[in-house]
Parts: sequence; C-alpha cells; structure tokens
Amino acid sequence: MSEKVLMKGNEAIAEAAILAGCNHYFGYPITPQTEVAAYMAKRMPKIGGTFLQAESEVSAINMVIGVASTGKRVMTSSSSPGVSLKAEGISYLAGCDLPAVVVNVQRGGPGLGGIQPSQSDYFQSVKGGGHGDYHNIVLAPASVQEMASLTFKAFDLADKYSMVSMILADGTMGQMMEPVSLDAGEVNTYEKPWALTGTNCERKHNIVNSLYLKPEALEQKNFERYEKYKQIEENEVMYEEYLMDDAEICVVSFGITARVAKNAINEARAKGIKVGMIRPITLWPFPKKVLCDAADKCKAFISVEMSMGQMIEDIELAIRCKKPVYLCNRVGGMIPSPEEVLAKIDEVNKNGGAF
Amino acid sequence: MQYKRITLFAGHYGSGKTNIALNYAFNMKRDGKSVVIADLDIVNPYFRTKDSERELSEAGIKLISSSFANSNVDLPALPQEIYSVVDDKTDYAVMDIGGDDRGAYALGRYADSIVRENNYEMFMVINMYRPLTRDVESTLEVMNEIETACSMKFTAIVNNSNIGEETTAQDVLASMSYANKVAEASGLPLRLTTVDKKLYNELHEKVENLMPLTLQDKIWR
Repeated sequence: MSEKVLMKGNEAIAEAAILAGCNHYFGYPITPQTEVAAYMAKRMPKIGGTFLQAESEVSAINMVIGVASTGKRVMTSSSSPGVSLKAEGISYLAGCDLPAVVVNVQRGGPGLGGIQPSQSDYFQSVKGGGHGDYHNIVLAPASVQEMASLTFKAFDLADKYSMVSMILADGTMGQMMEPVSLDAGEVNTYEKPWALTGTNCERKHNIVNSLYLKPEALEQKNFERYEKYKQIEENEVMYEEYLMDDAEICVVSFGITARVAKNAINEARAKGIKVGMIRPITLWPFPKKVLCDAADKCKAFISVEMSMGQMIEDIELAIRCKKPVYLCNRVGGMIPSPEEVLAKIDEVNKNGGAF
Repeated sequence: MQYKRITLFAGHYGSGKTNIALNYAFNMKRDGKSVVIADLDIVNPYFRTKDSERELSEAGIKLISSSFANSNVDLPALPQEIYSVVDDKTDYAVMDIGGDDRGAYALGRYADSIVRENNYEMFMVINMYRPLTRDVESTLEVMNEIETACSMKFTAIVNNSNIGEETTAQDVLASMSYANKVAEASGLPLRLTTVDKKLYNELHEKVENLMPLTLQDKIWR
C-alpha cells in the first residue's frame, strides 16, 4: 500500500508495528498513548495476533520478555509514569540481550504529572532508566510519517543488535493527525539461534537469563555488550540537517519542538540571521560527530526542548564545551511557541558566542 | 439551510467531527440562530472544542464543555449543563460526540429526550482516508456500533474524506463514489461534503452540497 492515509501518530505506530511483523502486543492504557492499545485491540484479532491488556505495566513488560525469548517480534507502549514502571523489565531485557520495541509517548512529570506533552524522559531513555550498565536505541520521530517509519526501523534495529529499541515520542506526536504512507518496504529477518523455540530433542536447550553467578563472567558480558554499543554508535546515528551550510547559530531539537523550531528558523532567516538546525533522530546513539564539527563553524548552540534542560548536557559533551549552549524550553505540558524560539535566536544572535 | 433544533456529529475516531461541528455552529450563528455547542467527547484528551473557546465566545456562541478539557485532569466526565441543551428548547444546539462506539456511549443518557423531541439531525461523519474506514463495509460496521452504543439512529451522512493538509481536489472527487455508496447502503442521504476552504472554489461546481471548513492553525506546521 503506497497511497496515503490520514492517521494519528499513535495509530501509525501500531500499524507500522504490524507491518514490521509484530504479532504480539501487551500494554496498559494511559493517556496520551491509549490509541496504540485501542488500535491493536481492533487489528490484532483480525490478523491472528495477540493483543493483551495486562493488569499493569509491570506485567505487560514481563509478557514482552516472554515473547522476546521465543524470538518473535513484540512491542509494548506507555506514557511516562508507565514507562517508569516498565524500567525493571527493560533492564532485564538488556541483561538477557533480548530484542523488543518499547514506545514512550511522553507526558509531563515527574510523578503522575499531567497528560499534556513533554520531553522530560530524555535522561530516562538515553541514559538507561533501569539499573545496570546498558543502553537502549532511542528514536525520536517528528512527524506521523516518522512515527510509522521509525517504528518499522526500531524492529529492525532491535533484531539486528538483539536489544531494546525505544520510540521516544510525546503527547502531541501521538495525538496529531497527518498523512502517512505505510509502504515501509521489506522486513529483514535475522537468525536467532538463542531463541526458546523447543529443542525437538535435536539440540541442547537454550537458556535466556540475566543472572550470572560468577562476577568474571558478568564483567565479560558487560564488556561484550559495550563492544556492540560501540558498533551502533559508529553505524546507526541518524539526524537531519536544516540550513546548516552557512549557519552561525545551530539550533538542536528533536520531535515536536524541532517542528516548532523550524518555523522560528525560517522567520529568523527572513530577518537575515544565519541560523540552522541539527535534529537528532537517534537520541542514542547521539549525533556527536556532526555536532562537534558544527562547533568549529558556529558561534553558539540553542537547545530547544520540553524539559528543564536534559539534551543540552549531551550537546555540551558532544561539542566538548567548545561553544556556549543556550536553553530554550517550556515544561509541564507546555509547548514553546515559534515566537519564543525566535526571541531566543534573536537574543543569542545579539549576545551569543561569548561565554 | 434548514436546521433542526439539535444537530449531532458522530463517527469514527479522527473522522473530523469536532472541526465540522465548530464550522457548522458558526454557520448557524451567521444565519441568525441562537447557538450552543456542547462537547460530549469523553475519548479524546487533546484537540478539543475548547481549543476554540475564544473564537466561540467572540461569535456569541455558548460552549458547554467539561471543565477538565485541556487540563491535566484525565477524567471522562460530562458537565451537568449538557442537560440544558436537551431540556431548554429555545437555543439551537450542536453536539460533538466522541469517536467510535466508545465515544457514543456518552450520548445514550440524552437519547430518550432527543428522540422524544423529534427535531434532530444526527450526522455520521465519514473519511475514506482513515485506515479503519477505507471501504463501505468497514464504515457501515462503525456506524452500526455507534448506533447500538447510543441507542439513536443516524439521519444523514457527511463526507469529510481528506488526508490532512495534502488533500487535493482529486482526493475529494475520488471519495464521492465511496460516500454515495455508504449513503445508498445505509439508506440515508449524503447531506454534506466538507472540504478545507482553500479547495472550495475548485470543487463547488463539481460536488453537491459542498461546505467549506475553516481549520485551526498549528504552531508546528
């Protein structure tokens, strides 16, 4: 199907998952991601798949561990407080090196917070979230089309590296409606010799486990996992550059705020200000190299995000603090307006560049 | 246009009910009616009638909406004032019903009074570019689920087939056969076809009963 349909972001995630061969979904309703579950509830019975509303987020993520152990594609979705509940299970998935897709349609926090959009689970997503040394691949869509294409991609990356891929969206991305083409292409299949598929008495049984009785063995496993992460950082970084060729100011933003920032950049350009944007599409692995290179050309950076300043730390690390990085943010469910971003660009243009 | 005392907009989730209800209320007001618009959406937490609170108030249209809409309170509650829409017959009323059968359950408690007054139009809003209502059969299925949930029958169809900002006149024309088939199969008239007002000039000679819609601007365009 290549012609376009009109979809909500949450529906696009669900349909793309099905197209990627995900026949198993476990979830628990929470605003603003409930449409993922509602869509799965309608579609899964029609394709012979499994939709199950678990009794809690904790049980949903443990059902994900179960299906992932068998090598089948599986997904769960939630919003911020629910993802915190899943954190233990995500750490177990990492410890067992199991592929799965976890969707977070973020809302304001901390605590129960609110139901309006937010990006304040950045640290939780890219730094781990659960216990232990591990990473998730974290993808940040900025349109309903990307909600679909990055979900498709998330399943591929999860299988390719045998780990959790996370879609980090926000309430607006989940709720907005846009045209989307669901023509995602071929589904790659990966060998999973570790999967619990039944031995038929023809091979030694497999064990999926995250407990290591010998510290030497656990240390070795961690070393191996970080070798894999190194490969991912080299091969899987994704970002979009917008008007960066002659930019003196570099805006860095992802998801819905990148959409708002683009409008502000267009207005600033019309006023003659040389400003561009680097939009990380993978938040882990973070696009460190392109940002570090930009720091040699730009006089200042502006991090536009719906948090108290989380991604800004990764920008400073990526550019090795060569140039000042300013924060333009709203929190608690509020979205920065193009005018607010433009005002920040104006201010940095006048005063920026000096620490 | 002949208006009924109560006009209800129901349909599949995301079919465009809220936008059409708002535009319909503004049209009614322009035609000199005293209008109240009631938001009965208990499903959707975002993009509500309440987003247009200021424009409605400026136009002199009364809005009845949950005091929790657009707040952080995630509670599917309806305000008691909605009974006034049904009981006080002096105003013309537009009712915006939540999507699918889940949204239509909320209408059930008012259904008896509305049917008894017998001066209403209940529109089924359809969009063939929504993935779960791509054909006549699936659209009728949704329609049937809604009627069962609210214990009311639709009286007419509104064709709102669109793919958002990328919609072309051709997309609308391509939907007419689907819309006519839904009307025929359900035995109801196709009362309106609604389009973004920027497509109105291109289409108004080709499509009967075409209604232009003014849509809200978005800051992330």
